[in-house]
Amino acid sequence: MSDIRDPGGGIRSQDDHLLAVDGLTTGFDIAGRFVPAVIDVSFHIDSGRTLCLVGESGSGKTLTGLSLINLVPPPGRVASGTVRLNGRNLMELGERDMEHVRGAEIGFVFQEPMTTLNPVFTIGAQIAETLRVHNLATRRTAKTRAIELLDSVSVPEPHRRVDEYPHQLSGGLRQRALIALALAGEPKLLIADEPTTALDVTIQAQVLDLLRDLQKRLGLGLLLITHDLGIVAEMADDVAIMYAGRIVEHSPVRPLLSDPKHPYTRGLLESIPAGPPGTRLRAIVGSVPALGALPAGCSFVTRCPQRFQPCADAHPGDTLVGLPAAERSVKCYLYGPAIEAIEVAR
Amino acid sequence: MTPLLEVRRLTKDFTRHKRFFGKGTTTRAVDGVTFDIVEGETFGLVGESGSGKTTTGRCVLRLIEPTSGEVRLRGDDVLAFTKQRLRAARREMQIVFQDPYSSLNPRMCARDIVEEPLIIHRIGSRAERRDRVRELFALVGLDPSHLARYPHEFSGGQRQRIGIARALALNPSFVIADEPVSALDVSVRAQIVNLLMDLQQQLALTYLFIAHDLGLVRHICRRLAVMYQGRIVEMGTTETIFATPAHPYTRALLSAVPAIDPNHPQQRLVVDASMFDRSAPLKEIATGHLAAV
Repeated sequence: MSDIRDPGGGIRSQDDHLLAVDGLTTGFDIAGRFVPAVIDVSFHIDSGRTLCLVGESGSGKTLTGLSLINLVPPPGRVASGTVRLNGRNLMELGERDMEHVRGAEIGFVFQEPMTTLNPVFTIGAQIAETLRVHNLATRRTAKTRAIELLDSVSVPEPHRRVDEYPHQLSGGLRQRALIALALAGEPKLLIADEPTTALDVTIQAQVLDLLRDLQKRLGLGLLLITHDLGIVAEMADDVAIMYAGRIVEHSPVRPLLSDPKHPYTRGLLESIPAGPPGTRLRAIVGSVPALGALPAGCSFVTRCPQRFQPCADAHPGDTLVGLPAAERSVKCYLYGPAIEAIEVAR
Repeated sequence: MTPLLEVRRLTKDFTRHKRFFGKGTTTRAVDGVTFDIVEGETFGLVGESGSGKTTTGRCVLRLIEPTSGEVRLRGDDVLAFTKQRLRAARREMQIVFQDPYSSLNPRMCARDIVEEPLIIHRIGSRAERRDRVRELFALVGLDPSHLARYPHEFSGGQRQRIGIARALALNPSFVIADEPVSALDVSVRAQIVNLLMDLQQQLALTYLFIAHDLGLVRHICRRLAVMYQGRIVEMGTTETIFATPAHPYTRALLSAVPAIDPNHPQQRLVVDASMFDRSAPLKEIATGHLAAV
């Protein structure tokens, strides 16, 4: 068994982690050429811990989540890497086994509850279906269990809501119903992709509180995909910052927020309105590069205020930083000469 | 001094027709909204989806017709304007939309999009208009060599710059910015916010800034109004409202914003409609600070 670096704890075997992702590369076959959108991504999550995967649209954060449960839409495909859940490599599973993993071992909640829930079935019927697929309830007990699940995610009047259709629920209630659905199979890991982006800020706060509470109660590992650093500050134990397909900084949350290392992370934090009202914000110049049109060298090079000679030559690899335990890693030549070892088509 | 914009008891009902015989149901999206905007300031309108903030903005421009109330621009009654007079007034007041992906015509190149308002208002010769478009491109920080490009060839931030250039083509003094950065990538939002602030200085613009991002509102608005279910529940200077929010809804809203500092987690307050009287009138609780409590 290969070992991977473990931010926060030195060297541990991959098998000790609830989820260990190593060297994941996912991309699209476009016009006869493979265009990577997730590049050599590695991270792990332990039970009861939250990893926030942070990035902008097109950074590869959603595709990373989909790769874990083998739901990458064609023409996309996972090109290489391993995804281990309790030591078992999910990439070697057939579709039947994978179907069991989805729901029973990994639950997922997506951004738009209206598009994930089936509009022609009641909430209760959709939860019951999941329960029966995973043999967790019979036809007779399914409804009772569905009501319990709705109750556990604080849906008011669950015995009434269970017979309602998705359109009858408000956005916040729909997202709760979706979380209940994700938890129906009693998974150990929950992937939540922008679960609150479509919600108002007061409802967002309630859903985040709910996720945190459930995680504590059930000991879930949580992969929370978001672009909002405020949510990161409230929810994360560890943070992985993605830019143009790569994790460019990986760190426990506190040092990341108080002392960001990568110029991109720093730029994101500095561009948040602060300081005296009306003063200019410190903006990152330029815009996110398009897939398949990344600059040579570091993918942030054209926007980076601190670029220097080596940045345009090859993409930097991981450099360990942070005292005392080298608990953080960053892909930037400011911190060391590490060059990315893999060959990536641009 | 007369305010640039005066809005009085603005109300907008939407009627939804029900079946054959039943009566239509009426939803009051904006309910008796009153505020002033002084020349040169940025006035924020804050609220959640469905609170009526966007409808208020559109009623002010008469992009949708309000049910009742008054809107005065430099003292002139906007709601009494004839079609022709309204068209002339639109040169004075413009809007920047939220989504630069859907608000630009995909079949028109950037130059034509920015030039179109000048053509509609019959301003200048063809050559003069083209010069003006180049000037506007430079003003909003777009590359003049991209004039002939189509919207899909631009990034989201650049598209919003095109939307801003178009809004400024007629030299308005009042601009409504309706969630101008919320559809943009986080790393480019600050660029557009800076651009809006720079333009305000250069061109002496007055903004009605509609947003749900309280951090941003706090940074750029001098005064703001908080809307809830069609009504303004609190209004005052940004400083006062953030320091001493008086309405329970404002307090809940402020407490719901995730704090970046993990060492100081927010104490979250829940919005509970039973906590407050929905029909309470807005009244002055301190100089310049109004709340419906």
